[in-house]
Amino acid sequence: MSRIYRALAPVALAAAIAACGGNDASKSAVPASPKAAPGATKVDPSTAGTITGKVVVQGTLPENAAINTSSDPACGSGLHAETYVVDKGGLKNVFVYIKDGLGNKYIFDTPTEPVKIDQKGCHYTPHVVGVRTTQPLEIINSDNTLHNVHGMPKDNPEFNQGQPVAGMKNDFTFAAPEVLIPLKCDVHSWMNAYVGVVDHPYFAVTGDGGTFELRGVPPGTYTVEAVHEKLGRVSLPVTLGAKDSKELTFSFKAQ
Amino acid sequence: MEDRPSRLAPRALLWHHRYATLVAACVVLLIAAGGMVTSTGSGLSVPDWPTTYGWNMFTFPMSKWVGGIRYEHTHRLIASTVGFLTIILAVWTWRVEPRRWVRWLGAACLGAVILQGVLGGITVLFFLPPAVSIGHAGLAQIFFCLTVTMAVVTSPRWRHPESPVDDRTLRTLATITTAVVYIQILLGATMRHTNSGLSIPDFPLAFGHLLPPVWNAHIAIHFAHRVGAAVVTILVVATAGHVWYHHRCRRGLIRTVTALAGLVAVQIALGGLVVLTGKAPVINTAHVVNGALVLGTSLVLTLRTWRAAGLEPAAVRVPRPAANPPLGAEARP
Repeated sequence: MSRIYRALAPVALAAAIAACGGNDASKSAVPASPKAAPGATKVDPSTAGTITGKVVVQGTLPENAAINTSSDPACGSGLHAETYVVDKGGLKNVFVYIKDGLGNKYIFDTPTEPVKIDQKGCHYTPHVVGVRTTQPLEIINSDNTLHNVHGMPKDNPEFNQGQPVAGMKNDFTFAAPEVLIPLKCDVHSWMNAYVGVVDHPYFAVTGDGGTFELRGVPPGTYTVEAVHEKLGRVSLPVTLGAKDSKELTFSFKAQ
Repeated sequence: MEDRPSRLAPRALLWHHRYATLVAACVVLLIAAGGMVTSTGSGLSVPDWPTTYGWNMFTFPMSKWVGGIRYEHTHRLIASTVGFLTIILAVWTWRVEPRRWVRWLGAACLGAVILQGVLGGITVLFFLPPAVSIGHAGLAQIFFCLTVTMAVVTSPRWRHPESPVDDRTLRTLATITTAVVYIQILLGATMRHTNSGLSIPDFPLAFGHLLPPVWNAHIAIHFAHRVGAAVVTILVVATAGHVWYHHRCRRGLIRTVTALAGLVAVQIALGGLVVLTGKAPVINTAHVVNGALVLGTSLVLTLRTWRAAGLEPAAVRVPRPAANPPLGAEARP
């Protein structure tokens, strides 16, 4: 009998490793309370202002590559990378947020409704999203094929969740602020998306015309940062008075 | 456990040797499949292990073998097949092999393939940590070497050498070459799993110079692999030159070192192409597979040089199979 046990030991070891592997996305991020100092207060809406602006690019951007989807017929055809999306002279899909200046003077309610990313046509929609710490990020598989959702954060736990069936949804949460977290599908190597995680509500993703708007910002001096998946980061200082409104223009250099 | 007489006729032992050779060939196929997984970046396209998207891996529908899954799942199936073949090899060896150390060699093959499977699972479940992935790549070559050794030492030529090579210099050269080739493969695996493969973007120069003008960890790993290639080339040329000069009448040795030199030349060309094509998956995989063949060929040469050095005690040699007597021999007095 002991021989049998010895023979089965490696199998048992493999099963044990499989059982305790770090691959369960639902446990991938441990919720934590957003930091706030004792005596911190909510932002007074009567004094809050707005930061608006635009992201532009100097130089000529490369064309987005056409994607060969022949490895999976369910993906259709005609896809292009979304790395550089220029609209009316502005750059879309840039994550803009207040990087410094808020300190821990304010308390912010964390939304409970999830931010959603859909996988449709082997393509993430939207390509860039922002989410608050501990707020759920819901990723949906609307395709009639398999996807794996592989998050590759540095300050939060990595995860890799299979979604083999159309209609599957998984929620992911991030305990620590991190800008940007890449998401990819290893089944379809061209699929990627980016998530900006911050612990306050002052963030946006540039849309039409490369514009953005941060509303309800309390008076103060801040560093606002714009982050693009390939072009990197650009920071600008801004000082906002009570009920003030400021406009910023972030300029990236084409590489 | 002692050496024991063989239970089987020499012809059955010949089949055992052929089977061991088949297993070694299947390991090359497995290494190729593993090379395609990493070359296409498909290592995490199946997030679970030992299941495949919740299915038992053997019942995972073929219609779902899409994108990167095709490479990763095929690798797992070939690995399972090789595991099964290795179980048969170990049991067969244990039952028929008269030499104790060869019986344990069969057991070592089985142990290595089990450990290799577990390492493969761990690296998937923990998102390809470089140390584990490099260990997986390194153990793959150890497992290949074990099966090659099994094929060599069960061969009729090994059991009944006409006149084993007894050349201490060649023995030393061949042994060092095999060890250095293995270290070079480990360096290659480190380069691959730390994404350093294109850290030096040109070939044969490095950023247009003989030595890289800038350094970081990735460039250092990449450059170490290039230096390793030069060292391997020097050793193989020295070994081949020694054999061509001192053993030109031994056709078996000449064939082996010629093949080794040819494989190294191909390997250098493939290494250059890996860089120049920006790591094209097929070229990248061919480089991995050819590297295994360099190691295997060097090992075969090394084993042959040790044959006469007491690796195999004469007392346990298996009786030579009866050759067909020449026509009319019985009639001679």
